[in-house]
Amino acid sequence: MTYAKLLCSAVALGLALSGTAHANKADDTAEVLFAKDLDNPDIYFSSAREAVIFGFQVFDGLVYLNPKTNKYEGDLATSWKWVDPTTLRFELRKGVKFQNGDAFSADDVVFTFNHMADEKTPIADPVVIRWLDKAVKIDAYTVELKLKHPFPSALAYLANYDAIYPAKYYQKVGSAGFAKAPIGTGPYKVKSITPGTGYTLERNEDYFGGPKGKAAIKTVKVDTIPDTNTQLAELMNGKADFLWQVPQDQAQKLKSLNRFDVVNAPTLRVGYITMDATGRSMADSPFKKLKVRQAVNYAINREGIVKALMSPSNHVIDSACNPTQFGCETDVTKYPYDPKKAKELLAEAGYKDGFSIDLYEYRDQPLAEAMVGMLAKVGIKANLRKMQYSALASKQMKGQVPMAFMTWGSGSIEDVSAITSHFFEGGPTDDAKDPQVEADLKKGDSSVDPAERKAAYSAALKRIAAQAYWVPLWTYSSNYVMSKELKFAPTPDEIPRFFDMSWN
Amino acid sequence: MLKYILSRVVMAILVALTVSCISFALVYASGDPAIAIAGENATPADIAHIRHQFGFDRPVPVQYGDWLWKALHGNLGVSHYFNQSVASLIWPRLEVTMTLGLCAIVFALVLAIPMGVIAAMRPNSIVDRLALLIAVMGQAIPSFWLGLLLIVAFSINLGWLPASGTDSWQNFVLPTIVLGYYAAPAIMRLTRAGMLEVLQADYIRTARAKGLSRRKVMFKHALRNAIIPVVSLAAVQMGFMLGGSVVVESVFALHGAGFLAWQSISRNDLPVMQALILIFAMFYIFFTFLADILNAWLDPRLRGR
Repeated sequence: MTYAKLLCSAVALGLALSGTAHANKADDTAEVLFAKDLDNPDIYFSSAREAVIFGFQVFDGLVYLNPKTNKYEGDLATSWKWVDPTTLRFELRKGVKFQNGDAFSADDVVFTFNHMADEKTPIADPVVIRWLDKAVKIDAYTVELKLKHPFPSALAYLANYDAIYPAKYYQKVGSAGFAKAPIGTGPYKVKSITPGTGYTLERNEDYFGGPKGKAAIKTVKVDTIPDTNTQLAELMNGKADFLWQVPQDQAQKLKSLNRFDVVNAPTLRVGYITMDATGRSMADSPFKKLKVRQAVNYAINREGIVKALMSPSNHVIDSACNPTQFGCETDVTKYPYDPKKAKELLAEAGYKDGFSIDLYEYRDQPLAEAMVGMLAKVGIKANLRKMQYSALASKQMKGQVPMAFMTWGSGSIEDVSAITSHFFEGGPTDDAKDPQVEADLKKGDSSVDPAERKAAYSAALKRIAAQAYWVPLWTYSSNYVMSKELKFAPTPDEIPRFFDMSWN
Repeated sequence: MLKYILSRVVMAILVALTVSCISFALVYASGDPAIAIAGENATPADIAHIRHQFGFDRPVPVQYGDWLWKALHGNLGVSHYFNQSVASLIWPRLEVTMTLGLCAIVFALVLAIPMGVIAAMRPNSIVDRLALLIAVMGQAIPSFWLGLLLIVAFSINLGWLPASGTDSWQNFVLPTIVLGYYAAPAIMRLTRAGMLEVLQADYIRTARAKGLSRRKVMFKHALRNAIIPVVSLAAVQMGFMLGGSVVVESVFALHGAGFLAWQSISRNDLPVMQALILIFAMFYIFFTFLADILNAWLDPRLRGR
């Protein structure tokens, strides 16, 4: 990225010569720049993060996960309770109006959920709602959700993904019409929208005053600029107030300019190495042996990589989950960097001279290359194979990948069921197929008692670490760059809440 | 002539079909479209469901046939991502790309042809060297780099022109320069080479001997003959600019068709991709065809073929 560095230097020079940028605080309009576009404002039909972010501003769910307390609060619901492990009962808020004036009631919840949970509705990411069997209206302000199976993390999906749409309006205009003019109950309403380019939000003056709170900034303009350098140029021009996912080297340069707020914030994403412990990629997979898996764990200097190649708020993890997630047991078997021990273990397993293996990756080549070097030191010759995510994922599901360096963002769900259960419950991405782990995870996934869940997940994660099925690597962080005028605190779920932004 | 045109049209259609057929196959080689649509968090069951829903579980030739049949009836389908008709997505973006492409080719021609002629008039002089230097630079500088330099100079430091967006004509100035400058060197060098060759020809000597003015010799007699290959090249460059302005579009955040194509490829959004590839292929073919007609007009000898 030498051109980026040169640009930054040139920009720094330019700033020294040019005057000050124009302010956006004056017209109460925050300019947000994203690299990727909002593909579909009917958010159930998008699996992109940009749609989740859009949904948070314009729509409301039944519940809201307060990022400050990490507790669920009533959003369009005022209270809820588990009637039994497959029935969730919600009391709804009264007096709420959609942005088109329609009154909100149980009918809207029932319609939205039943429509989206219907197999025939081609939503993008069925995982967000297909755990629901049906929504039943009890009275105008009471709804019961009947689940297909016990699913305690339902609340997490209801909070992050399952927006409530105005039933009458949606039925009238359909999905395509709704995408052109979305209507919700949220703190912002849509002023204009251009698919693939951007959108403008305006404060909903009639917001019902739910847990999100009234928006402080009147107008938020979101534009798509794919090139980071152009984003930086617009920031320098004073045209932008908010950038995120800024590469580390550029973030540091910007910080040294001292003209912007640069925040390095943790995310839910973690990195890991998965190894084929069942021998489905090759009958004689060395990873069938526990000692080999342990050796790989000892061989990788995770601290060293994080220090040398990653940003300060990333840290090493020992368990197959993000420590901030509910149920993430961190008191597990640990494998500190010890290449000597790794070599010994390999010799004991019958690989005195090491072995050669394909290591797949899709995202962070420099990190992968560092690990290849470390593996070589203990005698494991890893041939790095870089692939596109979708190609690698399908290869892995077919069981053709002996070893892979992957990352996982858990879909912003603060619960280990979104990661540990996803990978260790016997599905096609499960490289361990450990019946004991599967049983514990199923127990955790189906209980509605938090203490019972915690205990079950703890048992599973302890066994995963003891069996060294993964090499849990590190957490990822994201860089936010903001104009000094803008006040905003990033959240680990990587869902910027525009309604929490204000002017300094 | 009519027979010639007809055979070219049939060829054009076959080329377009081959291109779309190959690109269709390549998508499947680059990964499962169902996984790309489902996103990272989807379970295998979800992916299987999507595969069925979008018909990805049918044999690839059947899918291709289905797409082709609908496309021939004017139905380009619905984008998997935008959930909107492909046509409604493409047209506004094509407008951006065509504006940029046309401006850039005009800029390139206006810059390159006079430079080529002047360089040819005094070969190996300072003027010629200077023209070559400018040409070599244009070929050597990557577009994204030049784009960023121009942004730094004209947008950040001087504040004259916007860095991104498509709000006004001013947004197109910098991208036009970048894209046009990239196309200019080849045109300039070809003009220069053609002029040098033509200027050696007997009929130029005759024209000079007739006592015609230097300008008349240069532009009426020499350039008209030297420009024939340039016309073909410019037409091919135009096709390139429409399909290949991805980098420039992404640097300046111009939401054009090239950028949409790139996005669609990375998302495996088949309907949009297929439609764009078809349209780009048509453009190439159309401009090559146009070049042939233009050449026939410029050079009567070609008409008889």
